Amino acid sequence: MSLHVRFTDIVKDFGPVRVLHGVSFDLEPGHVYGLLGENGAGKSTLMKILSGYESASGGELSVASSPCRFKDSREAEAAGIVLIHQEFNLAEDLTVAQNVFLGREPLRRGWLDDTAMRAATREVLAQVGLHLSPDTPVRDLIVAEKQLVEIAKALSRHARLLVMDEPTATLTPSETERLFGLIRRLREQGTTIVYISHKLDEVERITDEVLVMRDGRFVTRAPTASLTRQQMANLMVGRELVDMFPPRQPVVDAPPLLRVRHLSVPGWAHDVAFDVRPGEVLGFAGLVGAGRTELFEGLLGLRPRSGGDVELDGRPVRFDNPRQAASKGLTYLSEDRKGKGLHLRLSLSDNLTLMNLDRHARPWLDLASERRALDQAIAGHGIRTRDPEAPASSLSGGNQQKLAIAKVLQPDPRVVVLDEPTRGVDVGAKRDIYFLIQRLAAEGRGVVVVSSELIELIGLCHRVVVMRGGRVSATLDAGHLTEEELIAHATGTH
Amino acid sequence: MPQAPTSDLAPAADSPRRVSWRRHAAGLGPVLGLVLLCIAGTLLNPDFATWDNAMNVLTRTAFIGIIAVGMCFVITAGGIDLSVGSMAALIAGSVILLMNALIPHVGSPVAIVALGMLSAVVLGAVFGWAHGILITKGRIEPFIVTLGTLGIFRAFLTWFANGGAITLDGSLSTVYSPVYYGSALGIPLPIWVFALVAVAGLAILNRTRYGRYVQAIGSNEQVARYAAVAVDRVKILTYVGLGVCVGIATLLYVPRLGSASPTTGLLWELEAIAAVIVGGTALKGGEGRIVGTVVGAVLLSVISNILNLTNIISVYLNAAVQGAVIIAVAFLQRGRR
Repeated sequence: MSLHVRFTDIVKDFGPVRVLHGVSFDLEPGHVYGLLGENGAGKSTLMKILSGYESASGGELSVASSPCRFKDSREAEAAGIVLIHQEFNLAEDLTVAQNVFLGREPLRRGWLDDTAMRAATREVLAQVGLHLSPDTPVRDLIVAEKQLVEIAKALSRHARLLVMDEPTATLTPSETERLFGLIRRLREQGTTIVYISHKLDEVERITDEVLVMRDGRFVTRAPTASLTRQQMANLMVGRELVDMFPPRQPVVDAPPLLRVRHLSVPGWAHDVAFDVRPGEVLGFAGLVGAGRTELFEGLLGLRPRSGGDVELDGRPVRFDNPRQAASKGLTYLSEDRKGKGLHLRLSLSDNLTLMNLDRHARPWLDLASERRALDQAIAGHGIRTRDPEAPASSLSGGNQQKLAIAKVLQPDPRVVVLDEPTRGVDVGAKRDIYFLIQRLAAEGRGVVVVSSELIELIGLCHRVVVMRGGRVSATLDAGHLTEEELIAHATGTH
Repeated sequence: MPQAPTSDLAPAADSPRRVSWRRHAAGLGPVLGLVLLCIAGTLLNPDFATWDNAMNVLTRTAFIGIIAVGMCFVITAGGIDLSVGSMAALIAGSVILLMNALIPHVGSPVAIVALGMLSAVVLGAVFGWAHGILITKGRIEPFIVTLGTLGIFRAFLTWFANGGAITLDGSLSTVYSPVYYGSALGIPLPIWVFALVAVAGLAILNRTRYGRYVQAIGSNEQVARYAAVAVDRVKILTYVGLGVCVGIATLLYVPRLGSASPTTGLLWELEAIAAVIVGGTALKGGEGRIVGTVVGAVLLSVISNILNLTNIISVYLNAAVQGAVIIAVAFLQRGRR
């Protein structure tokens, strides 16, 4: 059975802010669509409307030629439309079978029919190529398996249109291959797939057609084969990408600010060595799971480490916690902004000054001095807020990230480690952050940028350390930085 | 800095001034409730709005109120302490035994009482420190640790008292009794101590680094850890502070009856937690209100006072009325994050 979807003039307002300005396009059954757009382009909102998590403020969504307005995701599922979230919706303590049937458990004489659930689960698991007992607790699965369980769950609900939001973000290359095989099989069976990803190489490989959105509007659609990756990127951003990065300043020829040798974090990183010189932007590239974040968490004392000689400004140091590191002049911005970076419920100034409160305590906290620091940060980092007294959660993603960066710069570190500094921020804020990073280097600090966006590393860094399986597989100079080279070292296909 | 696109602006439904006014108003709920209760009390019984009655209510509030101030720090940092009632009983029994034992060795009864009062505070700090160590270094849930010590503390008191009461020697109680029954400038001493503890708590929570760290840890412990906060040390200190508060409350309580028994401090933990929650502090941590806590403690004892002075509702239903108030407050605050 085919599932034809048509968006007509879809409008969505969040309060006074319009995020979708009349989007119209069709989705034909049995195609794989790549939905492209920067953060904030409205693609997630549109897909949430399609799958019943949000309702449109205006316009019409029609499914199989009849107008639809899903009250919730259950109604959309009943129509055969399932969204697979970036963060999985699985109950960790329940088994695979219990998850697959969560909310619609089959009954037999009023009691749960476990036998039927197991049998049906085995069937859908086979469809997605996952050889697991239905009684395995989801907690015991690896990320890739959880993803397949999500898809199996969707299939058991007879999904005919699957929306996948960044499905490969946490997958290894071989797991990605497995997912692509499954996508191709589903397409042959007539299932429509909407594939949202920032990884243009994947979009190029797996999709039939790309749909581009920008600033809440539908921009264009084109067969994937007719576009190069560069053209896709330019369509998303709406301009040439050349002015995204400020020019690099030359690195002063001085002894390294941070010198790391033989650093090992059990299970994650093995015998890692690198130097950061004053005025240098040092990149860290690698696949998810290559151990980059864990390496720096180990350096900061947030994880146990089994060895390593670290020198900061020529003096040997050993950090047991971020407090010691900050007092010696090294601070770290976590990749996990909500979980480790910011107190979303606390005010902007509470967040900003948390790392150097002693400067505002004499000994009682001087609220006026904290407020001055906030005003400086707002002006200096271009943080946009309508109410400086509001909690951090009131800021948009890009402004939260600017606040988080301002926070780790408050103790005036000699070396600052920025882990995924532009994750989840839109293109304007990204550019602001790139200019800030270059300014920090120009001030003579050492800047480490851990990033999964290769373009970012190529545009920003003086040198890039590539990690693979917890080891340094290469250190590349600016002259040798290309996407191909980085991917080859990150995947071990050099 | 280059201009960011307009999509980067956060949606804000209200003008800044209105938002911050509303934020202040959220803290006024318990105060409003207390004012309404006092008006009702005055209308129902003319004896309610007298100086003597007010002093009586506040003196009775002092024990729970002092403990609640300490509890406010623990809850704000994301913890809980169920043991405070048992801890108060054990401290009371222990210091009475200590003071009685000191009579043959120390000549001056004043010195004995001073030593007893000091040891109450020290014992409280030690118990709190033990809680903090078990919770942080031992990585056990605070609920479990203090549920365990709730039983342990009271069992030891019962054992010390052999199932009965431990009574302070008569020669000492005459020296000690002014600590509870005395007054300065017409205000009973327990109220002065309560006020001092509350003001100190207010200043520490809102105007020191430690207070800020307490709120940061309760709001999100991971973020605080990554922001170079000494999380374990701050958490241990909240339990030590609560222990000290229990010690202070106990040293005021001992001269009141001059004895400790297995029913001393029974259910104080629930009253203290209720005062903190009624005062607007979130049970899940991150947002502490000392003024609210003090108001909450007073509000709960005003309820029982009004029931005592009037005969609309039986005094035996006191706990039911308090329970209903706690649920009503939680209901009114459910939308607030």
